[in-house]
Amino acid sequence: MQFGLNESQEILKQNARQFFAGECPMTHVRHLAESKQPYDPALWSKIAAQGYTGIIFPEKYDGLGLGKVELILLMEEAGRALLPGPFWSTVALAGAVIDAIASDAQKTRYLAPICRGEVRSTVALLEANATWDLAGAKLAASSGKLTGEKLFVLDADVADFILIAAQTGVFLVEAQAPGLSITPMPALDLTRNVYAVQFKDTPAEKLGDGTNLARALDIATAALVAEMVGGMQRVLDLTVDYAKMRKQFGKPIGTFQAVQHQCADMYLETESSRSAAYYAAWALEHDAPDAATATSIAKMYASDACRAVGNRGIQIHGGNGFAWENDLHLYYRRAKASETMLGDATFHRERIARLVIDTVPASCGGNDRSLR
Amino acid sequence: MDLNLTSEEIQFRDELRFWLAANVPADWAERREESLESRFEYLRAWQRKLFEGGWAGVSWPKQYGGRGANLMQQVIFWQEMALASAPPMANTLGLGLIGPTIIAFGTEAQKTRYLAKILSAEEIWCQGFSEPNAGSDLASLQTEARRDGNFYVVNGQKTWNSYGWIADWCELVVRTDPNVPKHKGLTVLLVDMKSPGISVRPLRQITGESEFAEVSFRDVRVPIENVVGNVNQGWDVAMGTLMHERGTFGAGLQITFRRNMERLIELAGQLRRNGKSAAQDPLIRQKLAQCYAEIEVMRWNQMRAFSRISATGVPGPEGSIQKIFWSELNQRLQQVAQELLGPYGQLEGISPHSVDKGTWAYGYMRSRGNTIEAGTSEIQRNIIGHFVLGLPRSY
Repeated sequence: MQFGLNESQEILKQNARQFFAGECPMTHVRHLAESKQPYDPALWSKIAAQGYTGIIFPEKYDGLGLGKVELILLMEEAGRALLPGPFWSTVALAGAVIDAIASDAQKTRYLAPICRGEVRSTVALLEANATWDLAGAKLAASSGKLTGEKLFVLDADVADFILIAAQTGVFLVEAQAPGLSITPMPALDLTRNVYAVQFKDTPAEKLGDGTNLARALDIATAALVAEMVGGMQRVLDLTVDYAKMRKQFGKPIGTFQAVQHQCADMYLETESSRSAAYYAAWALEHDAPDAATATSIAKMYASDACRAVGNRGIQIHGGNGFAWENDLHLYYRRAKASETMLGDATFHRERIARLVIDTVPASCGGNDRSLR
Repeated sequence: MDLNLTSEEIQFRDELRFWLAANVPADWAERREESLESRFEYLRAWQRKLFEGGWAGVSWPKQYGGRGANLMQQVIFWQEMALASAPPMANTLGLGLIGPTIIAFGTEAQKTRYLAKILSAEEIWCQGFSEPNAGSDLASLQTEARRDGNFYVVNGQKTWNSYGWIADWCELVVRTDPNVPKHKGLTVLLVDMKSPGISVRPLRQITGESEFAEVSFRDVRVPIENVVGNVNQGWDVAMGTLMHERGTFGAGLQITFRRNMERLIELAGQLRRNGKSAAQDPLIRQKLAQCYAEIEVMRWNQMRAFSRISATGVPGPEGSIQKIFWSELNQRLQQVAQELLGPYGQLEGISPHSVDKGTWAYGYMRSRGNTIEAGTSEIQRNIIGHFVLGLPRSY
């Protein structure tokens, strides 16, 4: 057993770190965030040139054909850099869904251009009831057309096509389709936008039924957790640096245990989230029997941990942590959006309960003396 | 990254599993309810059986009677022991801490004299580290040893000595030079517990049992050949010992937690709450799922740490997160068990109404010790802050 990265995985991670540090420094992230348009076509071309947009997809669709562990490493570095725009929604979400459920011809038509970096996409999941339970979708297609509304759709305004989880399966709508309208839902995360998407007799192509949707969403979830881990690591690094440099009472505040122990907790929360993300990726890659449970555990743990790490990071920075000019709040905003995305800790605890409690056969007799 | 066992690891596991299936005593479940004192000879016999089967001291080099197992095999050993519900070994400290310390720092004569009898449980060992006024600040300890010819004369008081009430020998940390900074004047001695001047008093803990003892030393004469490592360099020897304390043992702990978790899930199916099965109560489900998840995260953290140690050869300070994680998790798990069991949670084993022979009441109290023993959570956080994150020393 070896739960470390192999040499090529280490190289991929290092390269990604250097790439994002060079091409997407915090000054650029801040510029995109304050311009309210997180999508940067020039940056997208560079990402595509690295092959990142096709990282986990088969070579026959112009992908790199790498595994989920490699995806997770890339997402971790993207998260560290707070990469703005539609990378996660296009590759880890829409790409994974198409790969899991679409026909060969549809993959050639839709997945291959994603791999080549020619298009952006996203998946519309939630409706007004805002439940991540897939059975909660009310929208239904009738004779190839959709009418209704999806909410909280990431990056919808820059998507060339949008996938829609409907009652009757997963559908695809082109950006230019008649009856499609996209309205911003201004929200906390300045580096990734969410939108309301309305359909009125909008022609939609069916990609497949929902059978493999949950598994594709698990891949997207694991990738999101990895991105959260990268963000947590960056907040931890910034905070530890600050605690070493900032002096009060004549010494660095990191000398004080009240500060030091919070940093230690941030480290524990970050490392534990990372272990969970890596394990989930491995389990998904190898179709392990606990892959779904592991994914939910990872999202559950990281959803609580990324909030806690952000809280502590801002607190340790004191007044500086509350200042707009400090980068922490940009990470804190993303952390809140990611915490909710694809289900928060409470949602995933219930999913874990369904997977591990409800599958235990009711015990007959034995130890139940006077328990009722 | 490959999380499957290698064929060599599977071979090791299967050989061990086969041996355990044939040798783990069937009556341990009943015997474990007895007091530590009354079951001690039982545990000694069990260790002797493991020794004869070649399974005592798996991590020890073969030349000293061990199995020479690599780190991943040690992990497998503790996992399989837990999976087989095997009793613990009698000489826990000798095997896990003191033997490895003698192997690392001892003379050839010491290795010849002590190691085999540690493995066979013929001689039981305790540690004399903590004192009434030296707990987390271990280096401030005051038990002194003065040189007198070919002997050291020891005076002082030790406390929280695990197995102190039964031990034949003690790995004792003493101050040999009071005139230098506190870390620089310490020495480690191997002390015969039958020496004149030693008195042992059981230390009753909040569970009502006495796992530990208080040991006092009054003009106890220890031959100079019983010094381990160099005089006044005992801090390095003692730290070497404590490094082993955060070794592979936790791998078995994870399995024990997992088993407790499965039992709680089973109990939830039998208990009623708000007119339905507790397993269907949304709040109970949330709490059980949280514990289940954390036990898995503990496993994955361990897997990553073991893989890293396998590759680098040394357990680093980042191991402190394992100690924090398991100890605080067990406290949360025990609290969830209490919430699930309600008034039944407090019942001791002697009550005819008790659940699982009172183990949940016991576990709740015992878990308070987890964040104190083997380095408090505060000390672990200091270690992470200073040695992992590079923050300035706080003291």
